[in-house]
Amino acid sequence: MQLLIVAGPPSAGKTALLKQVTARFHKQRRLAFLKIDVVKAFEDEELAAEFGILTSKIYSGDLCPDHAGVMVLGDAIEWAQRNQADLLMVESAGLCLRCTPYLNQGLGIIILSAISGIQSPLKMGSMVSLADIAVVTKIDLVGQAEREVFLQKIREVHPSIRIFETNALQGTSLQKLYDLIAQSPDIDPKGLLLRGVPPLGTCTLCVGKKEIGWQHHFGVVRRLDGAAAEYLFRGE
Amino acid sequence: MLQELSILPGTTKDGRRENFSRLDLRVGEIVSIVGPTGSGKTAFITDIELLAQKDTATGRQVLIDGGVPDEDWRQDPARKPVAMITQNTKCFTDLTVKDFLATHARARRLPLDGLIDETIDLANQFTGEKIGPMMRITTLSGGQTRSLMIADALHICAAPVILLDEIENAGIFKQEVVDTVRRANKMIVFVTHDPVIAILTHKRIVFANGGVVKILERDDAERPAAETLISLDRRLIAAREKLRAGLSLCNEVI
Repeated sequence: MQLLIVAGPPSAGKTALLKQVTARFHKQRRLAFLKIDVVKAFEDEELAAEFGILTSKIYSGDLCPDHAGVMVLGDAIEWAQRNQADLLMVESAGLCLRCTPYLNQGLGIIILSAISGIQSPLKMGSMVSLADIAVVTKIDLVGQAEREVFLQKIREVHPSIRIFETNALQGTSLQKLYDLIAQSPDIDPKGLLLRGVPPLGTCTLCVGKKEIGWQHHFGVVRRLDGAAAEYLFRGE
Repeated sequence: MLQELSILPGTTKDGRRENFSRLDLRVGEIVSIVGPTGSGKTAFITDIELLAQKDTATGRQVLIDGGVPDEDWRQDPARKPVAMITQNTKCFTDLTVKDFLATHARARRLPLDGLIDETIDLANQFTGEKIGPMMRITTLSGGQTRSLMIADALHICAAPVILLDEIENAGIFKQEVVDTVRRANKMIVFVTHDPVIAILTHKRIVFANGGVVKILERDDAERPAAETLISLDRRLIAAREKLRAGLSLCNEVI
């Protein structure tokens, strides 16, 4: 089974791209789709209704959605394999952008909208720098020079990333991306690891404490000025 | 360096094959794209800009010098042989004019020496209100943005093919733009509703219903009509500039 993990901020076009991928492959391959979100998601229902593919979703609720994603991914792979899927597509919630959901196997794709802030590739950090492929969407809304400037900002974070520009609603210029997906090797479920080191230590905010200010919290916390304690995770 | 660009037909909005077998455009040639709004003109130049390989909505294929372009030509902005000025007069990039041009020059792997000032100077020949290097792109007017993007296409994209979508809009100095791009010895494609621009080009490609319906070569029999149109246009522009400057046209025979 092949694996495709799609990440990126809300409304960047993750689902629109996955719809194009589904439209392209659903007749030749058995597809499975997992959506991870916090309180509400409709993508699984849309894909199931339009293409009749196998779908599932998980709501993280009070848990960080990226943590929830990491926790359920093992089950999801088992579920997809049990159902003889050829390709499992995972769509992240796309909320805090701190973690990267990509694994050491399969393809990791970051979706960025051409109309998002010019510094957004830098702000997303490892979600861009650890991806195999960047897909820039909504290119019909901006001029060519502006697109080239945006692509340059992505390359300055990840010089060797493959970049595709598309109008994801129409699915333009994606042939080469489909080739890369079709050629990606099968995963070995025993050897799966996250590509990046996520801030997995849970902090007191994560478990629901509402106070603001560092003195009320422990775990992954820092002061506005000065360092946190040595043993705390500092990000990478 | 690219010498020729060929377009192989796709399909019209109702799925029929377009009415041409192959369209070859050469460097130095100036082409206009005409037809009613919604007839597929912008989609055509977008296909050229994306170097479409039967993977856009129209199904067209674009060849460079007779062959399928290397994937790099599509992927790497520095190698992209095409610069396109869209109808879009809004730029979302929150950078100063200087930073925008510098970042674009890095994308195109060009040295900066004097390039930014030259580009801004050229843009300022097309627009009434001047653009400064420290202005933020997002605060420029539609005409200023358009002018800057045309100057950027000429100096920073420096591509052999320039696609211009309805430059007559946005109140910029159309004639200065047309004269400047003509002198550049490039392949220029104008999408236009402007009769003067259309009649002066070497080829007119006529669109309807999402596809090419006719390709006309420039005909010397049109010359008298062209001269009349140019002189009418000059008078119209002179009147426009007087009105824009707050002058009166009382008792004036236009």
